[in-house]
Amino acid sequence: MNEVARKPIGRFVPLLVFAALVVFFVIGLLWNQSHDARFVPSPLIDKPAPEFRLPRLENPTQFVTKADLLGKPYLLNVFASWCFACGDEHPVLMAYRDKFGVSLIGYDYKDAPQDARAWLDRHGNPYHEVIADQSGETAINFGVYGAPETYLIDAKGIIRYKHIGPLTPDVIAKELEPKIRALAQEGST
Amino acid sequence: MNPELGQVALILALVLSALQCALPIVGAWRGSKPLMATAPTLAIGQAVFVALAFGILMWSFWINDFSVAYVAQNSNLSLPWFYKLSAVWGAHEGSLLLWMLILNGWTVALVIFGGKLPEAFFSRVIGVLGFVAFGFLLYMISTSNPFLRQFPVPANGADLNPVLQDPGLVFHPPTLYMGYVGFSVAFAFAIASLLGGELKSTWVRWARPWTNVAWGFLTLGIVAGSAWAYYELGWGGWWFWDPVENASFMPWLIGAALIHAQAITDKRDGLRAWTLLLSIFGFAFSLLGTFLVRSGLLTSVHSFAFAPARGVFILVYLAVVVGGSLLLYALRAPKVTGGKSFALASRETLMVIGNLMLTVACAMVLLGTLYPLVGEALNIGRISVGPPYFGPLFLILMTPLVLALPFGPLSRWGKADLTVWRKALIRIVALAVAAGIIGFIVGARGWYQLLGITASVWVMAGVVLFAIKRWREAPRGKRYPFEMLGMMLAHFGIGVFIAGAILTTSMSVEQDVSMKPGTNVDVGAYDFHFNGVTETEGPNYRAQQGTVVITRNGKHVVTLHPQKRTYSGGQVQTEAAIEAGVFRDLYVSLGDPIGGGAWSLRVYDKPFVRWIWGGGVLMMLGGFAVVLDKRFRLRRAVESETVRATPEPEAPRKLAEGEA
Repeated sequence: MNEVARKPIGRFVPLLVFAALVVFFVIGLLWNQSHDARFVPSPLIDKPAPEFRLPRLENPTQFVTKADLLGKPYLLNVFASWCFACGDEHPVLMAYRDKFGVSLIGYDYKDAPQDARAWLDRHGNPYHEVIADQSGETAINFGVYGAPETYLIDAKGIIRYKHIGPLTPDVIAKELEPKIRALAQEGST
Repeated sequence: MNPELGQVALILALVLSALQCALPIVGAWRGSKPLMATAPTLAIGQAVFVALAFGILMWSFWINDFSVAYVAQNSNLSLPWFYKLSAVWGAHEGSLLLWMLILNGWTVALVIFGGKLPEAFFSRVIGVLGFVAFGFLLYMISTSNPFLRQFPVPANGADLNPVLQDPGLVFHPPTLYMGYVGFSVAFAFAIASLLGGELKSTWVRWARPWTNVAWGFLTLGIVAGSAWAYYELGWGGWWFWDPVENASFMPWLIGAALIHAQAITDKRDGLRAWTLLLSIFGFAFSLLGTFLVRSGLLTSVHSFAFAPARGVFILVYLAVVVGGSLLLYALRAPKVTGGKSFALASRETLMVIGNLMLTVACAMVLLGTLYPLVGEALNIGRISVGPPYFGPLFLILMTPLVLALPFGPLSRWGKADLTVWRKALIRIVALAVAAGIIGFIVGARGWYQLLGITASVWVMAGVVLFAIKRWREAPRGKRYPFEMLGMMLAHFGIGVFIAGAILTTSMSVEQDVSMKPGTNVDVGAYDFHFNGVTETEGPNYRAQQGTVVITRNGKHVVTLHPQKRTYSGGQVQTEAAIEAGVFRDLYVSLGDPIGGGAWSLRVYDKPFVRWIWGGGVLMMLGGFAVVLDKRFRLRRAVESETVRATPEPEAPRKLAEGEA
């Protein structure tokens, strides 16, 4: 090892190796700017949404199925009364519910129905319809990663877009609204 | 107290750190005594302001000042007081402040204990530490200010992440940072020697106690983290090869290599360049760990919330500090390197083998940790490698090290002495084989268990033989100097660790079962009886608590109460219940209700699991013991340049230290 140090070039080897490592990190950071490190690409994008049959939160004897919602595009927003970030997202949904141009379906995830109802009563209900998945089994088919999550599903029941984490005005303006507009154009042509 | 004062304190500390970097180094360069004399004052001044900032943040937690965003995000009115205080380092901003506080602690220790170092050298060391501190303070102030206010002020905080609500949080980060940051001292010594163009490698002796203490703390930090994961994550593992565990393990490996390289350079004046490089790498890996965890580049259970600016800043900092150091090494190394050569069968050779294995293992861990990034760079998506990569490779790399380990202390410096080796080899093989046979008789079956016992005794036998040898050959009172005692403790600890790691892995009985109240399950020799689940309440959580009665041959052993807690923030956290013992742990963790009153439970019988951490604690004690050695007491004499330049006479040293 000392011999290496005596040769002039050998002494630069550690520096060069380190420089290569730094270049590598720069690539990693750049990649991260365009991708969320925690982002798990949903294999369901542009695939049909899974079949489901879930009770309505307000009236658990009535069921809503995938077929019931076909014909018009809609947003499916996964939330829960226990979910802290959903509380952050809630005012945004209240403000945008009528501006989306599509109906907003609440998907109550792994929640006690009475807790969810109390939560919506207290904070206000931004949803046009709320379905309850108390066991979380249907959510597995959707690939729900954690609440909140939002799916944009088109008139044919195909998932067109998914957002993990709370919706913010920024995300809505930059990502969600363009997708909804594109869907509307598809529908008109 | 006003949080803004904390920020002012940080800014003042930043100014002082810039001065602490510039003045003493310029002073040492120009030979200006007054400039060099500023070093202790500036270092202590900076420490005072950082400590003030830390105290203010802690106070904000204590009084629930939720106008401070960091407090609001990481605390809660109902959080118990000890978690409130340790929540200070529960997330990114505050843990950086802890990092800084500890860096200042080390610097102040250096001011206190290093006062007898040659003034120019001491000034450079303090200057380098000032530079390190400057970078981190700038980082905090520009991207990660813990004192940021938020309005409107929330009525209550979001609460500390439940995983962190554990005594582990009180000990694990501070001890780990003590280790991480402690390597900055060895680093500063190495850079100071390069800057000053020290012709002698005397600086290595001054650096040795600092390296050993830092490594001891790092060992303790890793042990604490491993034990924490064991009972908090709810599935009884003790090491996961998680990116952040790896980030702490890499400096540990380099540190272990550095300790041995420093010993060679100190005693035999060999491997100077290698010691320099390892000193730089030790700290580089500490910084790299910080970068990986906080840049969002890799995801793990430890990930901090990140902002892109943070990643960029640390990368630039890493590039400047490590790149600059390596450049300095490339330019200045020929001046300071050189040294003696040694025979093939000497102690140096064995230590070099150990060094190589440790550094290669570190490179292997680095490669595995960065693998997801490779996938990105090649555009094939994120791929991570896990235990199937790390486990076998680590085992393969450590095998030569473990085989060579007992012979290192038994062989001679510089010279080949094959008769010593032959005698030792016969005894160690005999002892290890005997242990294997006894193990077989006692009931160990399976080659992996027997291998564990044999390897463990192989290492421990070497330590015992060495102790006997010293007892016979060295004069009374000089048999076991602290340096040697430290080595023996650490090596013995490795033996204990091997036994723990291999026996736990091969002998554990782990069952995931679904149980209705009133039913039994057999795990190993034990009978677990499930008595159902009741509701209970803690200060800031509700819990479902199971009751499991464990019996052996009809005799009551213990009753355990595993919990599944729901915290006020809604997060669910499993609390395993563990009956800890020297020879085995009984472990129960509560899963989910399956319906019909049944619950899923994990029930484990984990023999020898404590030995893993016991071995770690012995290694830590070894690192600490070395510091007490007389060898490292600085003599007044070193202040005079002439004495420092005199090489130590070989003969009297041999007499005093025997084979050490």
